[in-house]
Amino acid sequence: MRAPSQTGGPRGGHTPDEALTAFLSRYDGLRAQLPGSATTRDAAAAVLREHGWPTPRDEAWHYTNIRPLAGLEFHESLADTDMGARLIGLLPAVVGPRLIFVDGRFCAELSVLPRDIEIGSFAGEGVFGTLARPARDRLVALNTMLAEDGAVIDVPAGFDGGFLMLAQLTSGRQQRVGSHPRHRVRLGAGARLVLLEVSAGEGEYLNNPVIEIEVAERAHLTHGRLQQDSPQAFHLGTVYADVAAEGVYDGFSLALGARLGRTEIHARLGGPEAAVHLNAAQIMGGTQLSDFTTAIAHDAPNCASRQTVKSVLTGKARAVFQGRIEVARIAQKTDGYQMNQALLLSPDAEINSKPELEIYADDVKCSHGATVGALDPEQLFYLRSRGIPADAARMMLVRAFLTDAFEAVSHEGLRAVFEHAVEGWWNTTGQNAEVSPS
Amino acid sequence: MLEIRGLTATIDDKEILKGIDLTIPEGEIHAVMGPNGAGKSTLSYVLSGREGYEVTGGTATFFGQDILAMEPEERAAAGLFLAFQYPVELPGVGNANFLRTALNSIRRARGEPELDAVQFLKLARASVKALAMSEDMLKRNVNVGFSGGEKKRNEVLQMAVLKPKLAILDETDSGLDIDALRIVADGVNAQRGPHFSALVITHYQRLLDYIVPDRVHILAAGRIVRSGGPELAKELEAHGYAGLVGEPAEAA
Repeated sequence: MRAPSQTGGPRGGHTPDEALTAFLSRYDGLRAQLPGSATTRDAAAAVLREHGWPTPRDEAWHYTNIRPLAGLEFHESLADTDMGARLIGLLPAVVGPRLIFVDGRFCAELSVLPRDIEIGSFAGEGVFGTLARPARDRLVALNTMLAEDGAVIDVPAGFDGGFLMLAQLTSGRQQRVGSHPRHRVRLGAGARLVLLEVSAGEGEYLNNPVIEIEVAERAHLTHGRLQQDSPQAFHLGTVYADVAAEGVYDGFSLALGARLGRTEIHARLGGPEAAVHLNAAQIMGGTQLSDFTTAIAHDAPNCASRQTVKSVLTGKARAVFQGRIEVARIAQKTDGYQMNQALLLSPDAEINSKPELEIYADDVKCSHGATVGALDPEQLFYLRSRGIPADAARMMLVRAFLTDAFEAVSHEGLRAVFEHAVEGWWNTTGQNAEVSPS
Repeated sequence: MLEIRGLTATIDDKEILKGIDLTIPEGEIHAVMGPNGAGKSTLSYVLSGREGYEVTGGTATFFGQDILAMEPEERAAAGLFLAFQYPVELPGVGNANFLRTALNSIRRARGEPELDAVQFLKLARASVKALAMSEDMLKRNVNVGFSGGEKKRNEVLQMAVLKPKLAILDETDSGLDIDALRIVADGVNAQRGPHFSALVITHYQRLLDYIVPDRVHILAAGRIVRSGGPELAKELEAHGYAGLVGEPAEAA
């Protein structure tokens, strides 16, 4: 366990570090120009001024210390279109409508608007959603303070919005950029959408997106998230999803990039027979750290939540999975399932896993489990006995572990994107990684 | 073809094989029978190169090559195949992909051209059909959710596709009903020919009604204690191991 951050200090008595000082002074400079309620922004700034960054003393941040970020100054972007055109090559090659944000700002030249869905922007509308909790979640406070733009996606009731890619490209090549996109997605009653959210970039930067999602009655959102930020980047993203009766939020997050990445998802099942899937895979090597932290609130009866989180770790990589399930007294007949599986391919890799079940209803079914292991020598021998050389056999088993994770992705197009991304990871990073025989 | 001389092997310093002498000429099927704990499975694992077994003495040559010095995948490329007593489940690995990777690995090791997807599928489909298996089995993950009988049939399917020179069947009959047993036996008999040999390891005589061996060897307490023709299996059926091994069963 690492020593607690020295920048943390007792609550309210912290000393602002370089990063925080720079962010706060950027806010002071931009305050008059930023869209949306100044009261909301000022409140967010006050939270950061008073409490500073979360530290390992905060329970929710026990395993992930963002201290490496604290000594760095992040700047406002000097984005230009040429840069966006270059970065777009980092995105998965999918056909169809796409909303491209470069350094947190919408880039119309690179985007292809969907025909039938209403797309607005945070810059244009200046409306913060009601789901985010900046007073509690300090990286969301940072986003709230500095957000300049973001997508506002509205799928009308009863309408199938098809497939849409939402991409966040960031460049830290010229200077260290902090990007804070603020998105909103709303599905009307019975509406459907498949949303692929992608983060990618180059150089050293912070991508700090917040996305607020409202799924109305009987609506169905498939939300794929592909985090392949640059190896020097920080990714600190938060998703809030609120699901009404019989609605479905089906999320799958794949994290491959960033030196330090955290995805935090707060999902609420707000009406009977709603369903939430928060599946994820984290594939990390070197000294990367990836954190997948979720909180699922069952606030209505007869709801189901499903989570399978798989991590593949090589080198000295570390992964965190914190999964909290809260079942309110009213949420009878809740069906909750949570599984954490990690494949540690080197003796120095580490997984920290913390399931948390808080159940106030008496008629519920909630299960959770975890498996951590190396490659199975029985399986290796079986493959080798069929003539498959040891290295190829190991490769097959690692890929099999991941393939299995993607079975949770029911949308074929999304699954193909994830499989392709893992293929790319394997070809560049994975096959060179030190994989212990067993 | 396979020549085992004075083979001794240990697991965790416990001697299991205490000097095995066994020769299987090309084109012959030999059965090794014996009571539980005689060392039957150990013999199959030592020959196929599983970790955890230490060969402490003796030799085993396969077409003159010292197979004990080879990696498991090299043994497979040389033409050795072990049908597992407990086939291993591989979640996330499709059966067809597994078979094709195995076949092409062996072909590559032998300097033969690899099969493309179409050529492979043709071969695999024909083999599946011959084993009365559903084609669906090629799409499923290796052995995952397979019944005991399906797993054994999948082993025979792999054998049919990989076409080994020597197949070791380690208690392939265990857990099979009579219909499945017949299918498995037919699969093995279909491979019979001047260049196919098999070492059929079994506890019961039943399998040998369907795969009639050229020779039968009795393995007890780490040694081959008797060898004979197919009639030896019948004798065993009639009198049990005790009479043949020359020691009362309760002394085991």
